[in-house]
Amino acid sequence: MQELTITRHNEMIDPLLHIWGWEIPVYLFLGGLVAGIMIISGYFVLQHRYRHTVFTTFYLPYIALALLSGGMFALFLDLEHKIYFWRLYTTFEWTSPMSWGSWILLIIYPALWVNTLIRIPEPFKGKIPLFDRLSALLHQHPVLIRNIGVLNMVLGVALGMYTGVLLSSFGARPLWNSAMLWALFLVSGLSAAAAFVHLITTDVYEREMLAKADNAFLTLELFVFGGFITGLLTSTKVHIDAVRLLLDGPYAPVFWVFVIGLGILVPLAIQLFAVNHKIRHTAIAPILVLLGGLTLRFVIVYAGQYSTWA
Amino acid sequence: MVIDTVRCVGCMDCVVACKTENNVPEGFNRDWIAYDVQGEFPTLQMEIRSERCNHCDAPPCVYCCPTGASHVHDVGGVVLVDYDKCIGCKACVASCPYGARFINPEGYAEKCTFCIHRVEEGLDPACVSVCPTHCMHFGDLDDPNSEVSTLLASRRHHTLMPEAGTKPRIFYLT
Repeated sequence: MQELTITRHNEMIDPLLHIWGWEIPVYLFLGGLVAGIMIISGYFVLQHRYRHTVFTTFYLPYIALALLSGGMFALFLDLEHKIYFWRLYTTFEWTSPMSWGSWILLIIYPALWVNTLIRIPEPFKGKIPLFDRLSALLHQHPVLIRNIGVLNMVLGVALGMYTGVLLSSFGARPLWNSAMLWALFLVSGLSAAAAFVHLITTDVYEREMLAKADNAFLTLELFVFGGFITGLLTSTKVHIDAVRLLLDGPYAPVFWVFVIGLGILVPLAIQLFAVNHKIRHTAIAPILVLLGGLTLRFVIVYAGQYSTWA
Repeated sequence: MVIDTVRCVGCMDCVVACKTENNVPEGFNRDWIAYDVQGEFPTLQMEIRSERCNHCDAPPCVYCCPTGASHVHDVGGVVLVDYDKCIGCKACVASCPYGARFINPEGYAEKCTFCIHRVEEGLDPACVSVCPTHCMHFGDLDDPNSEVSTLLASRRHHTLMPEAGTKPRIFYLT
């Protein structure tokens, strides 16, 4: 028997750590979604889809810019010393994933911007002559367009990985001590992005293709979950206690019902029927995938703060 | 720092001294008392400890800080926070397995500084200087002839959560 009593009671720390509220899960979700969108958008650029399609290549970089700004605003809201936020960009701390992330986010903005120049949508044409000239220049040099596609894909992978590495670098929180977390968040981000494009695209080819891709991502996510859970279950007692928060602890109902059940298995089943033309495509499956991805971030961030070495 | 748990009676003089010396905001603590009871009745054993930031040799709070606000001071490897660089991201709070940090109502991360302003004047930290049982000892662990090194060489001791891999530098004599 061990009973530990402490006289300390610091706000947000005792009796349980609760320093990160809704802002961080929302930021991680939007970051993952943008990462997935960049990878999909970059892939479509490499496939020359910008010559044919009217939707994905045209509007995804704009949507990604808006979502990323929303995510960064959530991150800004979370800061307790807001007027000093610019300090992030006066240094580069190579041991800090958060420092890496803040610089990656800064590079992503110009990468998305040049992606928008590949095909300027009709309503925006002629508004800013410089952008039109740059767009024409890109089409004179197709190699530049290919490089923009590669750049978006590479930065998308970096951003998606970063959202997981950010948490897994905190050794003091056993639930986050998993080398699988970056893979989980990257695959979840890809799945959410595929669902997002599936949800809003009007192009039949894109919808079919992304529904199939989403099925692959959701299946892969189940395997990554298996690795994540097995890795922690075969580790030390604190790690086993941490993962049991999800398996049969206080976060189990949300985890099994909303993340695994409604977030992965149900939409996977619906989309399998849809891509095999047994049922029609509806908005239900992609919406469930998006909500599942958001819930995953909430569960991991909250349960991770709950887990401790003590 | 070396703390003799056999002598500590949990009077909390160290807690009061710290709050007074460092103007710690109401409702927050840079140091605290832990009562650790182990065993099965009737062979119970209680250890009373004065706890604070462990000023680790492998400080995760410093490694994760995105602005360099958390840093290791030139004097004695003390882990400090530069309040003007801190953005209040709370990464350091999450990274500390000891829960030694908190967010000051003004928005920056705060923790024990070993009263570096006193140490640089040749004084002991406030908690050490007021301890009525003289259970706390402060000195240079790198000097084999210092009081703290002598105590560690002659007494059984332990650190808190060494399995977390942070190499804590507060030692508890048992």
